[in-house]
Amino acid sequence: MKILVCVSRTPETTANISFSGDNSQLDTNGLQYIMNPYDEWYALVRALELKEQVGGSVSIINVGEAENDPVIRKGLAIGADEAIRIDAKPTSSLFVAKEIAAYAKDQGFDLIMLGKESIDYNGSLIGGMLAELMALPYISYATSMDLNGNTATLNREIEGGTEICEVETPFVLSAAKGMAEQRIPNMRGIMMAKRKPLNVVPSAGSDNLENVSSYQVVSKDRNIKILDPENMEELVRLLHEEAKVI
Amino acid sequence: MVLVFAENNAGKFKKAAFEAVSYGKKIANQLSCDCAALVIGDASSAGELGVYGADKVLNINDASFADFDAQNYVAAIAEVSNNIGAKLIIVSHSSTGRSLVGGLAARMNAAVISGANALPTLDDGFHVSKNVFSGKGIANFSLNTDVKIISLMGNSIQPENMGAEVSVEHVSVAPGNGRVKVVERKTVSGTVPLPEAELVVSAGRGMGGPDKWGIIDDLANSIGATTACSRPVADTGWRPHHEHVGQTGVAIRPNLYIAIGISGAIQHLAGVSSSKTIVVINKDADAPFFKNADYGVVADLFDVVPKLTEAIKAFKAVNA
Ligand SMILES: Cc1cc2nc3c(=O)[nH]c(=O)nc-3n(C[C@H](O)[C@H](O)[C@H](O)COP(=O)(O)OP(=O)(O)OC[C@H]3O[C@@H](n4cnc5c(N)ncnc54)[C@H](O)[C@@H]3O)c2cc1C
Ligand SMILES: Nc1ncnc2c1ncn2[C@@H]1O[C@H](COP(=O)(O)O)[C@@H](O)[C@H]1O
Repeated sequence: MKILVCVSRTPETTANISFSGDNSQLDTNGLQYIMNPYDEWYALVRALELKEQVGGSVSIINVGEAENDPVIRKGLAIGADEAIRIDAKPTSSLFVAKEIAAYAKDQGFDLIMLGKESIDYNGSLIGGMLAELMALPYISYATSMDLNGNTATLNREIEGGTEICEVETPFVLSAAKGMAEQRIPNMRGIMMAKRKPLNVVPSAGSDNLENVSSYQVVSKDRNIKILDPENMEELVRLLHEEAKVI
Repeated sequence: MVLVFAENNAGKFKKAAFEAVSYGKKIANQLSCDCAALVIGDASSAGELGVYGADKVLNINDASFADFDAQNYVAAIAEVSNNIGAKLIIVSHSSTGRSLVGGLAARMNAAVISGANALPTLDDGFHVSKNVFSGKGIANFSLNTDVKIISLMGNSIQPENMGAEVSVEHVSVAPGNGRVKVVERKTVSGTVPLPEAELVVSAGRGMGGPDKWGIIDDLANSIGATTACSRPVADTGWRPHHEHVGQTGVAIRPNLYIAIGISGAIQHLAGVSSSKTIVVINKDADAPFFKNADYGVVADLFDVVPKLTEAIKAFKAVNA
């Protein structure tokens, strides 16, 4: 079983987000980065479990610049066998998908796993794009996956419920909560990661079809009204007359 | 032409489909073109999409699309879009829409924005905004191709009556080649699923255990709200996982979010801070959530929640 896991680097979950003075870009001053939680906790860990079960290899791939290497090394420390970094600034979802597809198309991966979304742009796009570019079936929001020979059985989230489906390898899936449990890298893993290959490959030079023209911070200013706990009728009145939500 | 993929569930349309159609029609008006809705499967009630703005309804009713397979649906929508010369394709940012929108963009080599939160501006190029960084920021995207694709975040606009029932026109496309086999579907019936809910009652670790949720259900039932919870509550099994909201759970933007016994950690806020109105009930006046709320009640939840439920029932009795 040859598995490819796509990983991205995102600001850590408690980061305060601000933008440059002219609102043209993210202010990266003092920002701490992590591996996108869906990629790390769910896609990567499930890939490693499958490898432990049926043998094979787990490669991780990232489209990004050298600043991403610490996050990629963490993936190796958790247990991936090798890493590929496509050396390019990820400018849009389709750019990233085209770059990964260009690399992966001749490599014979049995399974390509992604997170359900990256927590920076919350796109949920790249998995579907990659599947389409590689002409493979796509299972989104998978919460579990079991293999029986070449047949995979998956649970996936659908509107207001779940669906169980079956598909033959190779295919692309995006992983959601439930797929696996987070693994903390141990000392041995961290030491071994230093000797594992991190191959930097050049960009295929894909095009860019959209771009962010400006940003703004979401104002959190809510003027709170504190209510008397003995007077819930007043809260109901405000919700009806002022907020107009009930 | 603007093409809206109007999702249906066994022939029934949800609010998200009406929102997408009204959104599509508004943009079509700006572009001085028509808005077509595409329905895959049972179109017996699809004529009503006309009421929300569809100038016509196209229907693919072919058994090879009976099961949802993202690859098949992408191919079908792209084919219809090419046939009618659509310049803009709109889908809902639902589970189904999310599994389609990327593939569609790749197939059509089109610029895309997923989870748009407002109408585009067209005066200087084509710009659309969306929430990014889990609700902490907004990014304005510029879409730079001839054909563009948008998935629309739920509750971003209200469906509007903008027309009348229309007739349904059948179209045929290359049959799906079905590589994904759906074995079973389990949907929770009765309540509105969280991503679509307009009213949400949510509780956290302040509940102290799994056995006291009756007061939360009573409150939710009194206003017809969907229930949600914080992450530790789902992790410890007090409540089912699909109720977990926040950065690593479901992101929601209901009209009303009532947070009970939830401290308001930044990862929790990331999934709920776009709610229109937020009510916080917490016994600790210093709980961070109060900084992000419109209405606050500092009290023991076990005292105040039943009182709120009673007050709502009394209000409903008079205003029903
Ligand atoms: C990477 C990462 C991702 C995360 N993602 C999420 C996420 O998606 N969603 C999420 O919710 N969390 C998430 N968390 C966890 C988050 O940091 C908080 O730990 C969590 O939200 C706290 O849940 P809580 O508010 O229910 O519990 P607590 O923080 O324990 O708060 C309980 C609150 O209840 C109040 N209370 C107690 N008893 C009563 C009473 N009788 N009456 C009234 N009030 C009472 C207390 O004053 C307190 O404010 C994440 C954490 C990490 C590290
Ligand atoms: N720059 C990147 N390099 C490699 N994989 C990525 C990159 N960005 C996103 N991904 C993968 O695509 C998934 C979905 O991302 P997105 O479509 O941006 O929400 C993520 O969970 C990752 O698995």
